[in-house]
Amino acid sequence: MVHDHEHQAVPSDPALRVKALESLLVEKGFVDPAALDAVVDTFEHKIGPRNGARVVARAWVDPAYKQRLLDNAEDAIAELGYPSQHGEHIVAVENTPAVHNLIVCTLCSCYPWPVLGLPPVWYKSSAYRSRAVIDPRGVLREFGLELREEVEVRVWDSTAELRYIVLPERPAGSGELTEDQLAALVTRDSMVGVAKVRL
Amino acid sequence: MNGIHDMGGMHGMGSIAYEKDEPVFHEAWEGRVYALNKAMGAWQRWNLDAWRHDIETLPPADYLRMSYYERWLAALEKRVVTYGFVSRQELQEGKAAQGSSKAEPALTPEAARAIDRGIPSSVDPAIPPLFHVGDRVRARNLNPVGHTRLPRYARDKTGEIVRDHGVYTFPDTNAQYLGEERQHVYSVRFAARGLWGEAASARDFVYLDMWDDYLEPA
Repeated sequence: MVHDHEHQAVPSDPALRVKALESLLVEKGFVDPAALDAVVDTFEHKIGPRNGARVVARAWVDPAYKQRLLDNAEDAIAELGYPSQHGEHIVAVENTPAVHNLIVCTLCSCYPWPVLGLPPVWYKSSAYRSRAVIDPRGVLREFGLELREEVEVRVWDSTAELRYIVLPERPAGSGELTEDQLAALVTRDSMVGVAKVRL
Repeated sequence: MNGIHDMGGMHGMGSIAYEKDEPVFHEAWEGRVYALNKAMGAWQRWNLDAWRHDIETLPPADYLRMSYYERWLAALEKRVVTYGFVSRQELQEGKAAQGSSKAEPALTPEAARAIDRGIPSSVDPAIPPLFHVGDRVRARNLNPVGHTRLPRYARDKTGEIVRDHGVYTFPDTNAQYLGEERQHVYSVRFAARGLWGEAASARDFVYLDMWDDYLEPA
């Protein structure tokens, strides 16, 4: 805590500081520790990229659903039973052989967390945030994805309350797979646009 | 503000450190600070834009040195004092002052499981859009010292409106509690070459979401 010298009596170890802050806010009745447990549990166990993977797999097997997803992602996502959320609107952008989409938030950490959970550290890092908009192909190369020069790259910088999810391309040769098997292939990274889905 | 957080297009931040099978929270305190922010946010004393600005106004060297959740912690410690939940002395001692009253928590465990963060949009025919899909627009060359969601790299650059997202609260005024100034937000498509020059690929585009007040006809 170097930004405010008056705070120097507070321990510098974040774990101790959080503990002290939590116990103070609980003591004063501002916070219910059971509610904190519920928040942590929700993000560790209930909300995560498996939700997004199910949305993608459904879009791959059901063309009408895919169209609804691209037209109004929130309603299409709610169809699959995920808790409706008030706030950020979700927009799905589709990868094709000719177009590759990449999601970033250069200003902070905006991320489609109702379908992907909380963002990974690299997504929030200075390296990713600074480079994704100026050197998207170099960033993708760092993730092991080399795009052909003729592919159009669309970078979505989440500067408002819209949250973007990439609908990745269905991998070739996956025609025989069930929706559940397809969902198992879909990675978080493919829905941010830094990877393709592989068989 | 032209802060360190506005880092789109900067060089020198290094390579991207990827962690395989990354946990949601690396340490228990990260989950607690995330949850504390939500629980204190439920008091609705501050709005999301003011919250973002608190993170942005961390001193730049601290911002870069701190981990993501350390920033959240630093901002929350500051906020609970600024908004009068606890005194500086209570924060320093980690203990409530003698005889202080006890509140009822704003966030219940049931509500904690709902997803409700964010600033909602709306369809509001009373607020007409100033621009339409297909319009050429220029991002205004604004340099406010307060909160803004208009990144430096897009200012004074020309793009095209590709989608009208509806009506949203304007962050620049909302962060300062100067009013919601609700207005349309659009997806604006910028050619990478327009943003970064001839070295960029002619096939690359950057899409930003922009409020009416960030735009002028081009």
